[in-house]
Amino acid sequence: MNAPEKTTPDGQRRVVFRTRGLCRTYRLGETEVHALRGVDLDLYAGELVVMLGASGSGKSTLLNLLGGLDAASSGEVFYGEQDLSRVSERQLTRFRRDHVGFVFQFYNLISSLTARENVAIVTDICERPMPPEDALALVGLGERLDHFPAQLSGGEQQRVAIARAIAKQPAVLLCDEPTGALDSQTGRQVLNALLDINRRLGTTTAIITHNAVIAEMAHRVIRLRDGRIADIADNPSPRSPDELAW
Amino acid sequence: MRTLRRKLLRDLLTLRGQILAIAVVIGAGVMTLILGVTTLSALSLTQERFYQERGFAEVFADLTRAPESLLPRLAEIPGIDRIESRVRSGVRLRVDDFDDPVRGLVLSIPDGRQPDINRLHLRMGQLPQPERQDEVVVSEPFAEAHGLLPGDQLTAIIHGREQRLRISGIALSPEFVYQTGPGDLLPDYRRYATLWMNRSALARATDLDGAFNSLVATLQAGARTEDVRQALDRQLQRYGGQGSYDRDEQASHRFISEELNQLRVMAVAFPMIFLGVAAFLLSVLLERIIRQQIQEIAVLKAFGYGIGQIARHYLALTALIVGLGLLLGLGFGAWAAEAYARLYIEYFRFPELYFRLQPDVVLLAVAVAILAGGIGTGRAVARAARLTPAQAMRPPLPARYRRGRLADTAFWRRLDQPARMILRNLGRHPLKSALSMLGIALSTSLILVGSYQFQAVDRLLDIQYRLVEQADLHLTLTEATPERAIGELRHLPGVLQAEGYRQVPVRLSHGHRSERTLLLGMEREPQLRRLIDADHRRRSLPEDGLVLTDFLAERLGLRTGDPVQVEVLDGERRILDLPLAAVVAEPIGVGAYLERRALNRLLGEGPAINGAWLAIDPASRDELFQRLDQLAVVAGIGVIGESETAIRAYIDETMLVLMGILLVLAGSIAFAVVYNNARIAFAERQRELATLRVLGFGRGEVAWVLIGELLLLTLIAIPLGWLIGTGFAWLLTEALSMDLLRLPFVVTAQAYGLSGAGILLATALSVLLIQRRLRRLDMVTALKAAE
Ligand SMILES: Nc1ncnc2c1ncn2[C@@H]1O[C@H](COP(=O)(O)OP(=O)(O)OP(=O)(O)O)[C@@H](O)[C@H]1O
Ligand SMILES: [Mg+2]
Repeated sequence: MNAPEKTTPDGQRRVVFRTRGLCRTYRLGETEVHALRGVDLDLYAGELVVMLGASGSGKSTLLNLLGGLDAASSGEVFYGEQDLSRVSERQLTRFRRDHVGFVFQFYNLISSLTARENVAIVTDICERPMPPEDALALVGLGERLDHFPAQLSGGEQQRVAIARAIAKQPAVLLCDEPTGALDSQTGRQVLNALLDINRRLGTTTAIITHNAVIAEMAHRVIRLRDGRIADIADNPSPRSPDELAW
Repeated sequence: MRTLRRKLLRDLLTLRGQILAIAVVIGAGVMTLILGVTTLSALSLTQERFYQERGFAEVFADLTRAPESLLPRLAEIPGIDRIESRVRSGVRLRVDDFDDPVRGLVLSIPDGRQPDINRLHLRMGQLPQPERQDEVVVSEPFAEAHGLLPGDQLTAIIHGREQRLRISGIALSPEFVYQTGPGDLLPDYRRYATLWMNRSALARATDLDGAFNSLVATLQAGARTEDVRQALDRQLQRYGGQGSYDRDEQASHRFISEELNQLRVMAVAFPMIFLGVAAFLLSVLLERIIRQQIQEIAVLKAFGYGIGQIARHYLALTALIVGLGLLLGLGFGAWAAEAYARLYIEYFRFPELYFRLQPDVVLLAVAVAILAGGIGTGRAVARAARLTPAQAMRPPLPARYRRGRLADTAFWRRLDQPARMILRNLGRHPLKSALSMLGIALSTSLILVGSYQFQAVDRLLDIQYRLVEQADLHLTLTEATPERAIGELRHLPGVLQAEGYRQVPVRLSHGHRSERTLLLGMEREPQLRRLIDADHRRRSLPEDGLVLTDFLAERLGLRTGDPVQVEVLDGERRILDLPLAAVVAEPIGVGAYLERRALNRLLGEGPAINGAWLAIDPASRDELFQRLDQLAVVAGIGVIGESETAIRAYIDETMLVLMGILLVLAGSIAFAVVYNNARIAFAERQRELATLRVLGFGRGEVAWVLIGELLLLTLIAIPLGWLIGTGFAWLLTEALSMDLLRLPFVVTAQAYGLSGAGILLATALSVLLIQRRLRRLDMVTALKAAE
C-alpha cells in the first residue's frame, strides 16, 4: 500500500477508495439500525470532498469504514487494490498508521497528555511527520503546547485533534466535523491548514460538515440521506477558505 | 512510543495509591511464599546434611538386656548395613546453683572414640579419655542453659548410685535435634539433659558389663525397613525387646517432620490466598482503567497503534505493580525467612543452618506473582486490544437503569433521592458490586483467620493446663513399684494429693495401620490428669476397654467398639485385643488410656505404678524437692507449671510470630481492597457527583451518595466474610492437625468482632481519604472530562 499517485499512467484519475454495496447495521437488542444501506462511492487521489447530510444519515459511519475503524456488515471497501474488509487486523493497523489521518467528531484527545503530547503520540509512530509544534502552530495553538485537554476550550481541543491528524502528513485525511465547535475566523484557519496539506502532499481529503458553506471549497460534494448516497455534485471552481463566510 | 510511555507514567502517578496497595498485597503473597518455602528448604537441607554427616541411624531398638555376643548375629540380618550396640539409662542430675530437679538420658559411646552411627558433633572440648570413668559429654542446649563449660562438674544419680561427673566436651547429636524428656511436650533444656559416657563406665554403673540394652542400625540401600525390623524384633524378643522402630517413630525426627509438614501447608495456603486477592484487585483496577480509557484506546488504534502495542502498554502497568510487589515481597521475605529460620534453630538443635535464598525459590515467587498478575489482567487487556475503534469513538450512551421491582414499594417511596441513587448504582452493575463485596469479604476472612489462630492457641493451652493437667509435679519411677508407694508419696512434706499411674510403650494396630505410643494406666476417676470429651466434660475410664485420643482413633481408622490389637513393647511383650471403649478429645499428644489395675492385669503383675502426679503446696516446694531427690526410686521429676510456661513461650516465638505477620498483612490487604474499591467508585461517580453539586446538592449530601454505597457494601460483606473466614479457619485447623498439637476449632465472638471492626476501620480510613478528594472535586473539570 503505497501513497497513490494522482493519475494512472494512462492519464485517468486514480481511484483511492472504492466502495460497492457498503452496508453497516447496528444491532441494539431486538431492533436493528441500518446506518448504511448500500453505498457505492469512488474517491480520487488528491481530491477534497465534502460530505453533507442530516444528523443520523450515516456520515460518520461511512468515514469510519473508509478509515478501517469499523467493519462493514456487507459490501466492499477498497483502498487502492486492497479490500479493507478482507485484510488482517495487523494489515489494517499498518494501513491506519501509514496512510490515514483522522479528525474525530468528539475530538477524543487523551486526557493525561498535553496538547503537544497528544500530537506526539501519533508522530512517534509514523515515518515522515512534521514536528508536533509546527502542526499545532498551523492550527493557531503554538502558544498552548503544554496544556492538558481539560485546560483547553472545546474549540481548542478540536484544533489539537486536527493538528494530530495533519502532523503525520498522511495520504488520506478523514475529518468528521472539524469546524463544528469553531467560530468562522478560526474555522477558516483550520480549513486552510487542511487545504495546505491537501495541496502540498496530494492528500485525499474527506470532510464531514453540517455547514453547507464549506462545501464551496470542495472538488466534489457528496450528500447522504438515510444511509444512501443521495447525490454527488462536481464543483468546477473550488473557492479558498478565506473567501468563505458563515 | 516515548509519548505512550509518558502516558503510562501519568497513569501511574494518578493511580499511585491503588498501585501501592495492590503491590503490598502481592508483596504479602510473595513474602509468605518465600518465608514458607525458604524456611522449609533451609530446614530440610540442614537436616539432611546433619544426618548424613553424622550417620543418623535408620532403625532403633531398646531392650532389657542382651549379651554383646548377640551382636554379630544381628549384623547378619539381611538389609542391615551397620549395627551398633550401646547402653542407655535414665539419669537424675544435680547442677550446682540450680535447685530444681534435672532429668536426663545417658548413652554410651565406645571408650574414647566416636560411635559408628549417630556420631556426635563436638562443639567444645573433647570425647572422654578412654580410661576415664567419670567424664561425660553433655548436650549443647543443656550446657548453654546452665552456662556449663568443659571442665565443669555435675552430680549424677545413675541406677540409684550417686556419682560426680566431669564435663569433657559439649556436643550435638542427630538423634536429639529436638529433645524432650519422657512425657514432656516441649524441650526444657534447663531440666532435661542428654549425656554421653564411655561404654565401660556406663555399663559398670548400670550392671550391664558385657551386655547392651539399646541398638542402632543403618540399612543397605534398597532394604525394606519393615523386614529388617521384624527380623530384629524376633531376635530381641527373648531379651526384653521393646519393639524396634524407624525414623518415622523416632521422637526427634518425627517432630521435625511434623514441623516441616506444617510449613508445607503454610507455604501453599497463605500465598494462594494473598496472591488470589491480589489478582482479583488487579483485575478490578485494570477493568476500570480500561473502561475509563476506552476512547483513548480507540484513538490510539485509529492512528495505527497495533494490538500488541496497546496490550503491552497496559501490561506494563501490571508488570510495574507486580514488580513492585515482588521487590517488597522478596526483600521482606528474605529478611523474615532468615529471622524465622533462626527461631527454629532455637528449638531444633542443628550445628549450623544452611540458609540461603535459593534462586529457584525466587524464580518460583516471580513466576507465581506474574501468574497472579496475568490472571488478574489478562481479560481486561484482551478486551482493550480487541476493541474496534469506531465503537468507542462515540460519546458513551447514558447508562441504562431500570426502575426495578423495588420502585413501587412503600420502602422505596420513603427513600430520598441520594438513597435511591445508591441502590440504583449497586443494582446497575450487580456483578461489579458482587465482586467488590467479595473482595471486602475476603479481607474480612483473612483477618478472622489471623486472629482465630491466636485464640485457638490460647484455648488449646487452657484446655490442656486448666482442664487436663491438674498436677504440679510429675514423677517418673525407675521401675514398676507396688502401689503402696503412693501412700508414701502422700506423706511427703507439701504433698496435697498424689495419684499413681502405670505407663508402658505399646504398638496399637488396626488392620494394616499401626502406631507406637504410650499406654497410660490410671484411676477410674483421675483427679490430677483428667480425661475430657469434645464438650470439655470430664470422662471416667471404663472398667476395661481402651480409651484413645480422637486424633489417634481416627488415624487408626477406629470406631467405638472396634477391637484394637495392643502389643506391649515391654517385659513379656504380650499381644492382646482390647475393644475401643471411648475416645477423648485432647488437643495435645496421641494418648492411649486404660484403667490402671486392668493394665496391671494385662501385664501380668500385681497392682503397681511407675509414675505419679502430685499436687503440692508451693511453700514447701524446695523441701519436697530435696526429699524427692533422696528417693532412689524416683527417676525424674517434671514441673508442670514450667512446661506450660515453656510451651507458651515456644508458641509465642514461632507460631504467633508468623500469625502476627499474617494478621498485619491481612489488615493491609483489607485496607487495600476497601480503599481501591472506594477510589474506583469515586472515579466512576465523579461526573455524576459533580452534576449533583451543580444542581445544588450540598457537599455532605453528595458525599453520602458515595459513602453510603461503600458502607452498604461493607455491611453486607462483613457477615459474608465471617462465613468465608470460618471456612478458612476450619480448613486450616484440619491441615495443621498433627501429633503434637491440634488446634481446637473455636472461632470466638472476639475474632468476629475484631475482623468486623478491622474492616470498618479500613472503610473509615478510606472514606477519610476519599473525603479529601470529594472536597477538592472541581465541578467544571469533572463535567468536562469524558467519562
Ligand atoms: N454504535 C452504534 N450503535 C448503534 N447505533 C449506532 C451506532 N453508531 C451509529 N449508530 C446509528 O447509526 C446511524 C448513523 O449514525 P452516524 O453516526 O453515522 O450518523 P451521522 O450522519 O454521523 O450523524 P451526526 O451528523 O449526528 O454525527 C444513526 O441512526 C445512529 O444512531
Ligand atoms: Mg457523525
